[in-house]
Amino acid sequence: MRFVSFFVDGKNRIAPEPLAPRHHHSISTSFYNLHNVDPPPLNEGYSFNTTLQAELAGKLLLLDELSLSLNEVHDHYDHGYIRYNKGIDNEQGKWKCNRCGNNEPRLFASFSCYRCKEMQCVYCRNCIMMGRVSQCTPLVSWIGPSLNWKDRNCESVWEGMLSSAQENASLRLEEKIGVKDELLIWAVCGAGKTEVLFQGIEKALKTGQRVCIATPRTDVVLELLPRLRKVFPGVTLSGLYGGSMDHMDGAQLILSTTHQLFRFRKAFDLIIVDEVDAFPFSYDKTLAYAVQQAQKAEALIVYLSATPDRKMKQRAEDGKLPSVKIPKRYHGFPLPVPHFLWCGHWKKKLKKNKLPGNVMNWINHQLERNRQGFLFVPSVRTLEQIVPLLKEMNPLIEGVHAEDPDRKEKVIRFRNGETPILVTTTILERGVTVPFTDVAVLGTEEEIFTESALVQIAGRAGRSKDDPAGEVLFYHYGKTTAMVQAKRHIEQMNREAGL
Amino acid sequence: MNYCLYCHEAFYEPVSWRFITRLSEAMPFCDDCSSSFEAINGEFCGICGRSFTLFPEQYRQKHCCTDCIRWEEGKEWSGVLTKNRSLYVYNDFLKQIISMLKYRGDAELIQGFRAPFRKLYKQEFRGMLIVPVPLSVERHYERGFNQAQLLAELLGDEIIVPIERIIHEKKQSKKSRKERLDIKENIFQASKEAEKIKGKSVLLIDDVYTTGATIRQAAKVMLEAGALEVSSMTVGR
Repeated sequence: MRFVSFFVDGKNRIAPEPLAPRHHHSISTSFYNLHNVDPPPLNEGYSFNTTLQAELAGKLLLLDELSLSLNEVHDHYDHGYIRYNKGIDNEQGKWKCNRCGNNEPRLFASFSCYRCKEMQCVYCRNCIMMGRVSQCTPLVSWIGPSLNWKDRNCESVWEGMLSSAQENASLRLEEKIGVKDELLIWAVCGAGKTEVLFQGIEKALKTGQRVCIATPRTDVVLELLPRLRKVFPGVTLSGLYGGSMDHMDGAQLILSTTHQLFRFRKAFDLIIVDEVDAFPFSYDKTLAYAVQQAQKAEALIVYLSATPDRKMKQRAEDGKLPSVKIPKRYHGFPLPVPHFLWCGHWKKKLKKNKLPGNVMNWINHQLERNRQGFLFVPSVRTLEQIVPLLKEMNPLIEGVHAEDPDRKEKVIRFRNGETPILVTTTILERGVTVPFTDVAVLGTEEEIFTESALVQIAGRAGRSKDDPAGEVLFYHYGKTTAMVQAKRHIEQMNREAGL
Repeated sequence: MNYCLYCHEAFYEPVSWRFITRLSEAMPFCDDCSSSFEAINGEFCGICGRSFTLFPEQYRQKHCCTDCIRWEEGKEWSGVLTKNRSLYVYNDFLKQIISMLKYRGDAELIQGFRAPFRKLYKQEFRGMLIVPVPLSVERHYERGFNQAQLLAELLGDEIIVPIERIIHEKKQSKKSRKERLDIKENIFQASKEAEKIKGKSVLLIDDVYTTGATIRQAAKVMLEAGALEVSSMTVGR
């Protein structure tokens, strides 16, 4: 949009074009062209709008994302409570998006802009799903008094018991609260890492800290939100994911997908990054930028993972990254060890609308003894080939992938035991927990099944103490290093747990 | 290596003579995305350009679909639109792309239609006056650009804007068919440039032809302003 810049008492001021003071003759220009966008000093006597404070404190938002009118928002600039920041910067000839940190040239484009009237208004294509940030788009931040939650009851009402390994990790976390540091909690799938967090979070909340749990997946936000609400009934809690309607603004405890962190700035004293090794977090460096930007200078960052990547493991082993391990599942039984089963040239078979014989037998076996099973496949295309074949065996069998519009409902049906076999791509490798289930992978040799993906997949089995010995079968057309390492990883964890 | 304009996945273009000699532009979409477009070819309605493969036989009479027959029956709208031609079936995939373009504001996606849109223009409409369907001022400001104008600019010939949108109404995509067809008052009026279309053949450009109500209203205003005939070209149908 266009702004005007003018002088008041010898000081530079700016205003959006429609709010430009009449008596100042100055020319409207794109926000990007302004040299000095600093707001006037804070006017302490000003009675600011608390809704705006709740919406904006610790964030960096588009004007369109605020509920107040432009007029009301700009009034806060005039009194030194907000700041307009450039959305797109140029750093040594390279564009940079100030919301998502993207500086990849191919992810910028421009258009002739009706708002600023520039022929080329450059915008970021990387974070466009959150509303377009272009050169003439100011990003608004709050510079008035910070939020406080002093009068809230932050007591945790969780009454469960921690295992000794959980207890140990929980204490380590508690010790670190209030310290500027990092901590890796390396917990096997099914270790009960969520419970490990409660005491630490409680301590942080009680000292008035703002806390964020960031996870790469929407499924996890949906699963965790009701649990946290039960554990911390007195705390303001907000769950954020793409398309979420929950805008509990100014909440003290925030559960968010990593993408939503792009909207936060210097907001959190404690950030817990769940599944730090997971796609797309490890994949997309702008997400690492998001975590970095969302934390306060003195923040504690906690990483959770069952399968930290090599770099993180190395840092932990060298003592550069404080870490604590939970090698045992909360129910005390060992992790199920995968079996490797050769299934021939399955792709060729699928082309002829057939499944490898042993995979077929497994499905039949599951159906006969009434046991649920996950069948992981390497791609959406394979999924689409295989689901119709399996539906002929049992019409209740379903397939689900990331872009599936009925994804939520299908997962719920599987969880309720209505779906005997759920065929899925790697989207369900993490987070989703169904008590009585076995796991099979078709085409385990494919590249997408990395060591960590396979450890996570194997971790879907044997989650309940009433059924700790779930089966894990890797059907393959040639063993890979990733498969062997995944098996070794699981056996090693069982050894460390003394099992 | 290229990156797909829509899904951003990296892909390799198949090596061909066109590719080696650089006679054509780089492929904008990856194989997966490219194959999700359904080009309109074979038999289609002679007026609105809808593919006949898509709907049951009973909704078609000779070269015309029943929707167009309904338009042509009434005195008010008969003959207003000479013909419409579109690139692709407006399937779920194209819906996603158009919504990314319009509602998220990813203007760059327009480039993905450059080659086929120019080709269709050359085949069917060359020499006609190019007119993008305008947006209301409010909507134009909200979006930052007019997608119809970006499409028109792809064609490389002069663009004129002889009409303007006076009524800021709810988004067409949020209306039912009945609401769309129930036209009380034309949402367009002639602008200062209207002089230029007198006695000329005009080509309206828009992103999607859905019911044909918007395009016919624009066409009608231009006919009243003296245009000889009005056709239209869109990406989706």
